[in-house]
Amino acid sequence: MQTNRYSLFSLLWEACRGNTGWKPAWRKAEPSGPYDFIIVGGGGHGLATAYYLAKRYGGKRIAVVEKGWIGGGNVGRNTTIVRSNYLLPGNEPFYECSMKLWEGLEQDINYNAMVSQRGVLNLFHNDAQRAAYIRRGNSMILHGADAVLLDAEAVREKIPFLNFNDARFPIKGGLLQPRGGTVRHDAVAWGYARAADRLGVDIIENCEMTGLRIEQGRAVGIETTKGFIAAGKIGLACAGNSSRVAAMAGLRLPIESHVLQAFVSEGLKPFIDCVVTFGAGHFYISQSDKGGLVFGGDIDGYNSYAQRGNLPVIEDVCEGGMALMPRIGRVRLLRHWGGLMDMSMDGSPIIDHTPVDGLYLNAGWCYGGFKATPASGLCFAHLLARDEPHPVATAYRLDRFARGAVIDEKGMGAQPNLH
Amino acid sequence: MRLTCPSCGSRGLEEFTYRGDASVRRPAADASEQAWVDYVYLRDNPCGRHQELWYHGAGCRSWLVVTRDTRTHEIFDVRNARDVALTERQTDAGQGEIA
Repeated sequence: MQTNRYSLFSLLWEACRGNTGWKPAWRKAEPSGPYDFIIVGGGGHGLATAYYLAKRYGGKRIAVVEKGWIGGGNVGRNTTIVRSNYLLPGNEPFYECSMKLWEGLEQDINYNAMVSQRGVLNLFHNDAQRAAYIRRGNSMILHGADAVLLDAEAVREKIPFLNFNDARFPIKGGLLQPRGGTVRHDAVAWGYARAADRLGVDIIENCEMTGLRIEQGRAVGIETTKGFIAAGKIGLACAGNSSRVAAMAGLRLPIESHVLQAFVSEGLKPFIDCVVTFGAGHFYISQSDKGGLVFGGDIDGYNSYAQRGNLPVIEDVCEGGMALMPRIGRVRLLRHWGGLMDMSMDGSPIIDHTPVDGLYLNAGWCYGGFKATPASGLCFAHLLARDEPHPVATAYRLDRFARGAVIDEKGMGAQPNLH
Repeated sequence: MRLTCPSCGSRGLEEFTYRGDASVRRPAADASEQAWVDYVYLRDNPCGRHQELWYHGAGCRSWLVVTRDTRTHEIFDVRNARDVALTERQTDAGQGEIA
């Protein structure tokens, strides 16, 4: 007998019989089309889409094709932060939906994803920024999220070792989202893959999409390195490679691919118990359960498919860290890496039909895709199953650029490297 | 990554600012709305050779057209954007005479 479900009972049961009954978390599936749905891209978003399609929308015959291996892309390359502290009406309901799904995720998929609602604290350094954060906090509360404004004393009580009296950027307070926090990123990929597999989804690794077959204006299947796979509906969730895949359908997207670097230090005793972001530069930091400081900053700022960046941004990130938290100055960097960001022209994502019948697009996550994983999967599944947008994702239309209905959270205009 | 500026020689990346795809061209003022949407929002975003605009803000303040591989960050060519624009204008004018 094989053990299917993770629980205290199954743990004890397997411990008593030498751990001989555990099943692989997911089968090594090979293509066996035709499928009702094919999701191209086995990252967090693609796997979540397949899971919710099978679980909530009664989808049958679903496949996820992934060019590499599960957990090898951005879902294993991020800084694990989850939050729903957005301002704009098009964004906040979606991210709050995601936050609520995170809160119930582990029970839902029967997998320990180490969801840790340790709080996300965004610091402000002057009056104008304080006013902007109050507005943001009010917007969050109006959309059912949580937000608490802290003054400098309250921040000092929480994190006493910050650089409060910096001459240029004194810390005046912060906006705290107590329900925000971190989630173990690999476990999200593995957990969704396992849960989807248990519902019959074929997860086909090492299978790269090489072309799209269109007959009479309708997408009927994909060419892959493992041959042609027929499908009723095809969903693209390819993150940094979205433009390449969309080009197979003759589409140009409002997206540039950029590289974002992230960093982990050597392991230290616990001293940062929430996620902290610097308000006068771009720097965010948290401490993992292993003790490593996980931090990051800006994207490198030029088009890249290289999954590695350059030194000026590393220097800039470390300067941000030193300005905020001088005590980390002698901590050694253990490793750093880069991931491909699908930077959209307004900094917000796209979950929509494409002009090709039967072909759907989930892209433009910029460098905020991880926190969106559950809601992105749910909304994309909704769109694929029902052919209409999920109520919290109605603003994420592909034609919003032509209509002038952009969702520009940072107010930067059509320049992807500034979002 | 370093860029070889035609005026200043080989310089570190931190002296430059990136402005994106250099192959897009502003449409005529009376062009269709779709032409303007394409110009402002849509990009080829190639995986491979990419022509892009860089500004040498901490050097000679020239705008440059750089040809670079987005997979390897290898630089193939750096030219003054002014020269590229002038060449283009001459080519366009030449074509105009033929027409």
